[in-house]
Formats: sequence, C-alpha cells, structure tokens
Amino acid sequence: MPHLLEVQDLTTVFAGDYGRNISVDHVSFHVDQGEVVCLVGESGCGKSVTSLSIMGLLGKGGAVIDGSVLFDSKELLNMPEKELDLIRGNELTMIFQDPLTSLNPVFTIGSQITESIRTHMPLSKEQAKKRAVELLTKVGMPDAENVFKKYPHTLSGGMRQRVMIAMALSCRPKLLIADEPTTALDVTIQAQIMKLLRELQQENDMSMILITHDIGLVANTADRVIVMYAGQIIEEASAEEIFAHPKHPYTQALLDTVPTIRDDADRKLRAIPGMVPENYDDITGCRFAERCPYRCDACSKPQADYDFGCGHRAKCVVAYERGMAGC
Amino acid sequence: MLDENTIPLITVENMKKYYPVKGGVIPHTTGYVKAVDGVSFSIMKGQTLGLVGESGCGKSTIGRQLVGLEKPTEGKIYYNGCDLSAISRNKEQMRQIRTKLQMVFQDPYSSLNPRKHIYEILAQPMLYHHISSKETVERDILRLLDMVGLPRTVLGRYPHEFSGGQRQRIGIAKALSLNPEFIVCDEPVSALDVSIQAQILNLLKDLQKELGLTLLFVGHGLGAVHYVSDRIAVMYLGKIVEIGEAKEIFRHPVHPYTRALLDAVPVPDTAQKNQERKLLKGEIGSSMEPPEGCRFHNRCPYAVEQCALEVPGLQRVEEKSTRQAACPVVLADKKEAAHG
Repeated sequence: MPHLLEVQDLTTVFAGDYGRNISVDHVSFHVDQGEVVCLVGESGCGKSVTSLSIMGLLGKGGAVIDGSVLFDSKELLNMPEKELDLIRGNELTMIFQDPLTSLNPVFTIGSQITESIRTHMPLSKEQAKKRAVELLTKVGMPDAENVFKKYPHTLSGGMRQRVMIAMALSCRPKLLIADEPTTALDVTIQAQIMKLLRELQQENDMSMILITHDIGLVANTADRVIVMYAGQIIEEASAEEIFAHPKHPYTQALLDTVPTIRDDADRKLRAIPGMVPENYDDITGCRFAERCPYRCDACSKPQADYDFGCGHRAKCVVAYERGMAGC
Repeated sequence: MLDENTIPLITVENMKKYYPVKGGVIPHTTGYVKAVDGVSFSIMKGQTLGLVGESGCGKSTIGRQLVGLEKPTEGKIYYNGCDLSAISRNKEQMRQIRTKLQMVFQDPYSSLNPRKHIYEILAQPMLYHHISSKETVERDILRLLDMVGLPRTVLGRYPHEFSGGQRQRIGIAKALSLNPEFIVCDEPVSALDVSIQAQILNLLKDLQKELGLTLLFVGHGLGAVHYVSDRIAVMYLGKIVEIGEAKEIFRHPVHPYTRALLDAVPVPDTAQKNQERKLLKGEIGSSMEPPEGCRFHNRCPYAVEQCALEVPGLQRVEEKSTRQAACPVVLADKKEAAHG
C-alpha cells in the first residue's frame, strides 16, 4: 500500500539579504494512514517550513526548488492553485500555534466554521450551521450554540484552539498537520487539547504530523519521531526506539537537556554548548559537528542517512562505525 | 537555632495587588482585577523560591512588587527586616536598596535598549549608582562578561546582533552589575530553545552558588522550576495553595490543584503513552470575579459543599515539615488516615 504522504528530497529556499538561504535541505519522509509522526527540533531547524511547503503556504519569500510531495498518490507541488484548494482544508488541514492570529477577528466563530464547511461540502446554510454546532460540541466546547455567535477575542486561548480544531476537522481530513498546537497554552489546558486531538485522531483513523519541541509531548503522542537539525532530518525511528536508543549525538543531547519533574535534585543538566548555526548552507559536513563531543575527521564530509535497522536511520557516521547498528 | 538558612531575606505579609478596571460611558472604576489577593511567604538567604501556576494567577505580579516596580495595594514587604513601603518615601535610601533587588526578564528581545551597545547597557547603571567609576568600569564590565560566559569582544555590538540565549546572558549580566542580593527571574528561559535553556539554567544555578544570591524563580515550565528551586509556592488565581520544599511537593503533592498541575505535565517516557491521565475540567477563572470560597472548588474533583462557602487558609501538612497547603478536605483525610 502506498504511503498517505510521501515527501522526497524536499528542498525549500528563502530569499535572504545575500542571495538565497536554504531552509529545508533534501528532506524525505513518509506518513502512513492512522499514524502520528512527530517532527522535533529547535526553532529555525526547518520543521515549520517543511509543513508549510507541504501545504503550499510558503508565501512570497519562499520557494520549493526540488523534490516531490505525494499526498494520496497525487503530486502537490506544481499543482494548480484551484486544484490544490480542493484538497487543502479538506483532506489535508493544518492548525497553528497561535489561534488568535489564525482566526479572523471581524467574523463570528460560526461564520468562519460554516464558511470552511460550505467551501468543501454541498450543504445549505442551515445544515452547515447544524454541523458546526455538532463539531463545536465534539471538541468539548461548553454551550456550543452560544459560542457560534461569539467573536474570537471573547474566547480564551484554549477555547480558540478548540475552534481551530473544529474547523480543521470539519471535512474529516485524512491528514492533520498540527504546528505547535499547545505551545501558547498552559499545561492543564495543553493536556486537555492533546487528549482531544488524540481521541479525534483515533476515532477517525486520521494521520497526524505533530510539530513540537516538547520532548514530553512527543513521548506521550508519537508513533514515529523525526528529529530535524539545521534544515536536515538527522534521525528517524519509532518513538520507543528513539527514547530507548537514540543514535545521533544531537538527539541524545536533546533528550538529556530537558529538566523534568521526575529528576533528582542533584542532577546537573547537560547543556549543549554553542548554538544552532544560523547560516548552514556552506557547511558541507555534519551540521552539528561544531557542538558535538564525538566529532572526528569523518564528520567534515557530507553525511549519508545510515540505516540502523528496524526503520531507524540517522545522519551520523561516528555512531554507525561504532557498530551501534541493530535494534 | 539561627544559622544562615533560617534568616529570611525577603518576607511578604498579606500582599494584595488590585488593578482597577475602567468602564462605562463616563469612565469610572467598575471593578478590580485581584491579581494577588493576600499572599504571605518568606525567602531564606541564599535560597531559591520557585513560583508556579498558570498564566493569570499573579505570579509575575508578585515578582514586580518585590523589586519595587509596583507598589502593593495592601500588605508589607520586608527586605532584610526593613519595611519597603516605609523606605520608599525616602528617595536616597530607596535608590540604594534598588541596587540590591534586581530582575531578569522573560523576553530578552524587548528588555534591552536596541539603540545602545553592550558597553553602554552595562556601564550606565554601574556609573549611576557609583558601583564603579570611569576608571574601573571597563574592568568591571569584562569581569561581568566572563561571569556570564560571553566573549570579551562583544562590547561594541548592539542587542539585535545577538541570539536569544546570548541576550539573556546580557540580561543576567545587567542584573548582576549592581551586586544585588536578591534577583527575581521572571520566566527567564521560556522564550529560549531547549538546548539553550539548559545553558541558562546551569548559569543561574552556578552564579547563585558563587555569589550567594537569593532568587525568586517565576515560571510555568515545571521541569525548569524543579531544577533550580529549593522551595516552591504553587499559585491559583491570586492565592498560594501550597508551599514547601521542592522535593516534597514534586514527590507528594497535597493540594488537588498541585496534583492536577503535575499530572498534566507530559513526562518523556513512552511507556506512559496510553495511560489514562486524570485531567482537570474547565479553565482557570477570571481574577475579576474569582469563585467564592476556595477558588479552585469549581474544578476540584474533591470539592465538598463547604468549599464553596469558606476561604481556606494555609495549614501545616505534617507537624514536622514546613509544608503548608490550603485544602481542609485533603488535610482532614490525611489526618484520619494517619490516626486510623
């Protein structure tokens, strides 16, 4: 069976002050039906740009210069905008980090949800309203009839995110891309929203790409994890595998650098020295090398995706040669 | 027994901060946002108190009162035994005390003047407060840069030339420049990337040990607060619901809100993926019209009738420990269990 989403060699550039900057560099991965894939990485690593490239929402400054994105066996790149509109918002949807800026402040919640329903479904106004209220109830909105008439600014952050989820799910999408859906929310609300997303995902056998930098959230949600660093995928494996046997030194450090509420009081956090390179186009070798404790000569050459078995791959020659392969 | 650890540097007594809300055709005060509503605690010399809670619970407001950026509506703040509200009338004395109380802000992007280079940003406060003179200021600045781990070559650069983590280091250097005793860290790492957060947290911890600083660490990242704090106070809608040793609170939370808060934090352990977690219903209410009685009662799974009527005060959890919680229901259960 073909994958629901198959991304091959996706390369996205942005116009910078001194020519083009490569933001996403030959990224390949796939998502199967009913699967939750987490994209993990720090800001600027290209995880959001990857998802925007898939959605065709890059805007003026950015352009995909190479690669292919197959969704349901259809090529999304180079697809005419009109055709894309039939898929986008329908079978393929996205929710964003900040629900206040992604809702239109001058329209009511109701008119925004019914608009997206009626664009993709042949429903009358009345029917669309009924469906919208149903959806709002489903995402746990108390007093849905009333919320239907309200404006976005009168709702709290958690409620707005529920509205966004209701809107994204209005047409029963096959794939939902959630770009840091809970980063702007408090922990107790975050837990509510994540529970809701997981329930809806399982109920509809929907696939989900969850973009986040919260390691805890990844462990509780993901089937498979993709780690990005400086525009490249540096490691990919099942969630269990990546937490038990991280191969790439960056993944290892990332897992070690997060303080958790279960720590011993005397634990010293392992900080990663230095910072993410800002301009990584010119780095030919491993992009993490200058911060890496295991750096050696081989790191200055371009790194291949080494296969460690069981669907575990990582861009680290040192880990591979040390015989860390096998699972 | 009076050793170093038992002298409070900061003591807060029944602090309240109400912000007036204007409304109506002819604007007048229509109500108050009760950001902080009767909070008391103390911070021992050389220790870190972590202040946690959800947004809008008043934790940042407390920080701002403690360094004198705002004055509390009611209540007293004592610094080393002196009442700050009494001192604030004496400008000269206040000026001296302000150098001892410093703050590190959440957003390293908006808390540094974009038009000044690092030398000016660091030199000005030291010269104004006569901590350093024109002859010695450069040496002092270089010492500060070494302390916070910035290269000495950055002096002529402007804030926009730095990354978030570096800016936060400048913010910390600025706070340290006046030789403070007490620093309020208002979510110092929440705007930073995870790999940089650890650097800043380690830096704060090391500096505290080295300089014997006392810290108030405000944060909503519970992992980070746990990492740096000796004691923790948990806030809900302007009130402290539980306060005590960090270790005890994180291992055995007593108040239902503390339990829910800790339960909601995702733990990096895939074994817990399919575990059903107890989640809080509803959302944090408005601090303009907080619920009557215990402010948490409308979301609390253990609430009884009495909770809606009486405002619970902080009580000792166990006789031996200094931990206090504001929940008579759970405490009564605990006592019963101990006797039964």
